[in-house]
Amino acid sequence: MTTGVAVDLENVWITFGDFVAVREANVHINGGDFFSFLGPSGCGKTTILRAVSGFLDPSQGNILIGGNNMAGIGPNKRPTALIFQNLALFPLMKIWENISFSMEVAGASAAERRKRADELLDMIALDGQGDKLPSELSGGQKQRVAIARALCANPDVLLLDEPLSALDLKLRQHMRTELREIQQRVGITFIYITHDQGEALTMSDNVAVMKAGIIDQIDTGHTIYDSPSTPFVASFVGENNVFRGKIKEIKGEQALVSTNRSGDLLARITPTQLGKMNVGDDAMMFIRPEALALGKADAASHTTITANVVNEEFEGNVFSVFLEGGGGKSIKMATPNLGQAKISTTGKDLSLHYDANNAVVMPTGELASE
Amino acid sequence: MKKKMIFSEFFRNNGIVMGSLLFGLVSFWLIFLVILPQISMLDFSFRYNLPPAEQGGPKDVYTLSNYEHLLYGSDSTHQTYNTVDLMVFVRTIIAAMFVTVFNILLCYPMAYFLGQSRGSGFVRLLVVLLIIPYWINEILRAFALKIIFGDSGLLNEVLMFLHLTPQPIDFIRADIALYAGLGYAYILLMLFPMYNVIESLDRNQIEAARDMGASWIRIHRRIVIPHAKPGIASGSTMVFMLSAGALAAPQILGGPSSLWFTQLVYQWFNDSLNWQQGAAYAIVLLISTISIVLVMMKIFRVNMGDIGK
Repeated sequence: MTTGVAVDLENVWITFGDFVAVREANVHINGGDFFSFLGPSGCGKTTILRAVSGFLDPSQGNILIGGNNMAGIGPNKRPTALIFQNLALFPLMKIWENISFSMEVAGASAAERRKRADELLDMIALDGQGDKLPSELSGGQKQRVAIARALCANPDVLLLDEPLSALDLKLRQHMRTELREIQQRVGITFIYITHDQGEALTMSDNVAVMKAGIIDQIDTGHTIYDSPSTPFVASFVGENNVFRGKIKEIKGEQALVSTNRSGDLLARITPTQLGKMNVGDDAMMFIRPEALALGKADAASHTTITANVVNEEFEGNVFSVFLEGGGGKSIKMATPNLGQAKISTTGKDLSLHYDANNAVVMPTGELASE
Repeated sequence: MKKKMIFSEFFRNNGIVMGSLLFGLVSFWLIFLVILPQISMLDFSFRYNLPPAEQGGPKDVYTLSNYEHLLYGSDSTHQTYNTVDLMVFVRTIIAAMFVTVFNILLCYPMAYFLGQSRGSGFVRLLVVLLIIPYWINEILRAFALKIIFGDSGLLNEVLMFLHLTPQPIDFIRADIALYAGLGYAYILLMLFPMYNVIESLDRNQIEAARDMGASWIRIHRRIVIPHAKPGIASGSTMVFMLSAGALAAPQILGGPSSLWFTQLVYQWFNDSLNWQQGAAYAIVLLISTISIVLVMMKIFRVNMGDIGK
C-alpha cells in the first residue's frame, strides 16, 4: 500500500491556435484520491488528461505531480500511466508480454517479467491466461489487462480516459465497482475522465464538472448532485426541472423565487452563492424529479406546484411522470416503483409538493444542452 | 463444405446470370491466362528443339537435356559445369535480394511518415507525386536513368562540379545504374503495401508504448514493424519476383559484362529461337524465386494469407 501522490494544476491554459481547450484550470487532487473529470464530449477533459500524462504541454501554467513541476518532462519520464479509451493493448503480444511491457523497456529479464505479470494476472483474476493474445479475451478481461499493464510500472498516478465506454451496461456497472476496489487496494491516485455521471458519482472521491474548457465545480459527487454551483452543473449532472424567475425575498439560507410561470416558490440558495444574491436578481431554480411528490390540491403553499399529467412512463425502478404546469411549463416527476399499478389517473390541477431544502436557486446561466 | 457455402452464397447474392458470368470470367482468366500457359511452358521445357517437320514425330520425346544444359553447358559428358550461366543465375538472385532489402530500408521510413502523419492533403499530394513518375513508360524511365548515370550525365557533372571526383565514374559498368534502376522501378510496390499497414496501426499503441517509457527504436521493433510485417512481406515478394524477372532495366542499364538471367531467357527465345531451352531457364527461375519466397516467409513467420491482404 503506497500513499498516493498529489496532482496539482496551477492556472493551466491549453490553446490550439485560437481555440481555448482548457481555460484557467486550478485543480488540487489529493494523493490517493479517485478523482473524475466529468463533462460532455469536447469540454476539454481529455486534453487535461493528455497534459497530465505529458503528451501535450500546457500553453500556460504548471502541472505538478507530487509537488514536482512536470514542465519539459516527457510522457515516458513521468510517474503516470495512461489507460486509453480503446485500451491500446498490443495485439501481437501475449497477455503477459503486454502487462510487463514497461519492465521490458526497463531491461528486466524474461523470468522477472513473467513473474510480475503472473502476480498482476492473479490480482485481476485472470491467472493462467498469460499466454493468450488480447484478441482471445472478452471486453471486460481486456479492460482488466489494460489496468494491470498500467499498474505494472508502479505509477504514482493512473490516468484513465473513458476506459469503460466500450463495454455493455452490466459489465460497465461491474467494472465500476472493480475499478474502485483496485484503486483502494493499490492506493495510488486515479484520475478518471468520463462523460457518464453515473461512473463519476459512484467511483470518485471528488469530481470536477467541466463545460467548454472551464471547470464549473469541484466537489464530492454528493455535493455536486445536491448543491450544484452553476445551472450547467445542475442540468448536466442528473435530471433537473428548471424554473426561471426573479428573487422576491431572501430568508436566511432560503430565497423565495417569483417564477415566470409557476408562481412563487421557495428554494435553498446554493452554498457558493450564499450572501451573493439580492432581491430582484434573475435566478434559476432547480428541483430534481425525485424531489417532487403528488399531494392534495393545495395551491397556497410556496412549495407546491400545480400541474396536469400529460404522460407517464414506466422505467422499471421508477415511474417517470411528465406534467404540464401553468403556461405550458413542462415538469418531470419520478417516483419509485413500489408495486403501484399507476401513479396517476390523468388528472387536472394536481399538486406537486417538495421540500424547500431539495430545491436550489442560483443566478441564471447556461444550461447543459439536451 | 465451407467453400461450397461461399459459392452458393455468391450465386445467391449476384443472381445466376451475373454470378455465372463473373465466375466464368475468373475461371477463364485462371485457366487460359495462368494455368494453361504455364503448363505449356513446362511441357516445352522438357522437349527437344526440333525443326517443324519433326515435331510430333518419333524424335519428339521428353528429355531433361534443357535442364542439363543449364548445369553442364554443351559438355555432354557432364565433366564441367556451365559456370557462365550458373553465375548469371546466382548473381541475378543475389542482386534481386539486394534490391529488395534496399527497397525495404528506403521505404520503411517513408511509409511510416506517410502512414502516421495523419490526414492532411499534404500527404495525399505526396503520394500522387510519388506515383507521377510511374505514368511514364518503364523503358523511358530506364533510359532517363541511363542518361543521368552516363559519363557526362547529370550525376557525374554534379560530382565533378563539387570536386568530389576528378573524372567521371562509370556507374553503368559498376552496375550502380542497374541497381538504382531496378530499385526505382518497383519501389512503389514496396511502399504502398507498407504504407497501408502502417496507416492502419492504432496510434494509441505508439502512445501507450511511449507512456511506458519505450524508446523510439523499441517502439518500432516491438510494435510498428510486427504490425507492418504483412505489408513488408507482400512488398518484398513483389519487388523480389519482379526484380529477378526484370528485363528492360538490365537490358538498358546493365554494364557490358553483366547479364541478367532474364536476358539469357530472352536470348534463347529470341536470338537462338530455342524456345524449349528458354522455357527450361524460365521454369528454373520461376521455381527458384518461389522457393526463396516460401523459405523467407517461413523464416520470418509470415502466412500466405497475410501477403494477400
